[in-house]
Amino acid sequence: MSSRPRGAAEPAGQRELLSAGDVARTIARMAHQVIEKTALGAGPPEKHPVLLGIPTRGTPLAARLAARIGEFAGAEPPHGALDITLYRDDLRRRPPRALEQTQLPAAGIDDRVVILVDDVLFSGRTIGAALDALRDHGRPRAVQLAVLVDRGHRELPIRADYVGKNVPTARAEGVSVLLSETDGRDAVLLRAPEGETR
Amino acid sequence: MKHLLATDGLDAATATAVLDTADELKHTLLGREVKKLPTLRGRTVITLFYENSTRTRVSFEIAGKWMSADVINVSASSSSVNKGESLRDTALTLAAAGADCMIVRHPASGAAHRLSGWLAEAGTSVVNAGDGTHEHPTQALLDAATLRERLGSLQDRRIAIVGDVLHSRVARSNIHLLTTLGAEVVLVAPPTLLPVGVDKLPVTVSHDLDAELPAVDAVMMLRVQAERMTGGGPGQSFFPSAREYSISYGLSERRQALLPEHAVVLHPGPMLRGMEIAHAVADSPASAVTEQVRNGVHVRMAVLYHLLASEGAAA
Repeated sequence: MSSRPRGAAEPAGQRELLSAGDVARTIARMAHQVIEKTALGAGPPEKHPVLLGIPTRGTPLAARLAARIGEFAGAEPPHGALDITLYRDDLRRRPPRALEQTQLPAAGIDDRVVILVDDVLFSGRTIGAALDALRDHGRPRAVQLAVLVDRGHRELPIRADYVGKNVPTARAEGVSVLLSETDGRDAVLLRAPEGETR
Repeated sequence: MKHLLATDGLDAATATAVLDTADELKHTLLGREVKKLPTLRGRTVITLFYENSTRTRVSFEIAGKWMSADVINVSASSSSVNKGESLRDTALTLAAAGADCMIVRHPASGAAHRLSGWLAEAGTSVVNAGDGTHEHPTQALLDAATLRERLGSLQDRRIAIVGDVLHSRVARSNIHLLTTLGAEVVLVAPPTLLPVGVDKLPVTVSHDLDAELPAVDAVMMLRVQAERMTGGGPGQSFFPSAREYSISYGLSERRQALLPEHAVVLHPGPMLRGMEIAHAVADSPASAVTEQVRNGVHVRMAVLYHLLASEGAAA
């Protein structure tokens, strides 16, 4: 994890939106919201929600969220990963990408509340694909969505149930979520549009 | 990747990407009720078979259907080929009718390669599903997938390919792919069933199966392709008799006992039980024959994914 102070100099054209400490606090807050909304801890373990991260960064986020929920509620909900590559509607436009792992809890997702976890909510197409993928894996009782950053610009009627931080962005800007598991440190960065620095 | 014509020249990174994709697909589909992915919806795949085949054609058909492609089977015996149409005209017709991918099996070596040239303008991908005695790349990929599953990795593994190497496109594809992936290959065959130029292949050659077995991690039995043994004159004399072949090169129970405990037995099928391989060996836990067939579907799904998932991918 990074020990750099908030607002420390980032490479040209990038601005830090969340520091490592902010990311940790945000995940803790989202964990509390999940406990409250799903009444977790009240029901038997087989009724606990299932957290499914969307690779790449949704997977460690789901694991962290589950661990925090475990700390606060005394029972860690099952978590896994759901790769949506094969369900994307833009496959034809991109070079083929390697598939990521899908790992569902052994008990499956039938009649469970499934919480999809992703790092950034943008057009909503990834979540649309995830809903298609879920339908092929079983029939959840309900599906909710948790994202660390909601940056707007939806192209589908999709809304998150748990949002770490709302970040109004311009379409040409970029949002990068960095996690220690995949990137060596925790941070959320805003990138200026290509060719512009500020 | 635009076409899959041969494993000769297929680099390790591409081959590994296909095998990894197949692994993930297998994992994804395991225990699912709905074995159907929307990935290739709206794509048309045509299998064009000039030779009889059950397992390869069905395997490709299932692979295409599980990826939601529209799969159409054309066999030479029931098509205009019977009226004398050339391969080129048949292929151009099918491409004009809207094929995104053509999976071709043909008795002439090099047919798939020629086809890919004729179809360049139409932009149709070509998969070689066996051309004469040249190559059968998806069979080699599914063999590699099965070996990876059983042995963990192919790096520095020693694999014996046994039998009719001369007529075997499976052997040729496997020699290239297995060595690319880091394995050592030893060919065990009678001198009459080895191809000319075998000394230029990256393999060692042996005529003594008993001597090789204790040191191998896998043994790949080949089918004796009697239908291709047309050059041997009246006696078709590639070997004296089926019985003698069996004694020298068949995988009997006695021979299986010489193998290390972890060794895997493969056969591309159809098996000539009792001649190439003993019943008990074919049905033993060391035999991965049915796994090969199962992996075949996932490997072919992976190949179709890499060829067809993206429209603009470079050749």
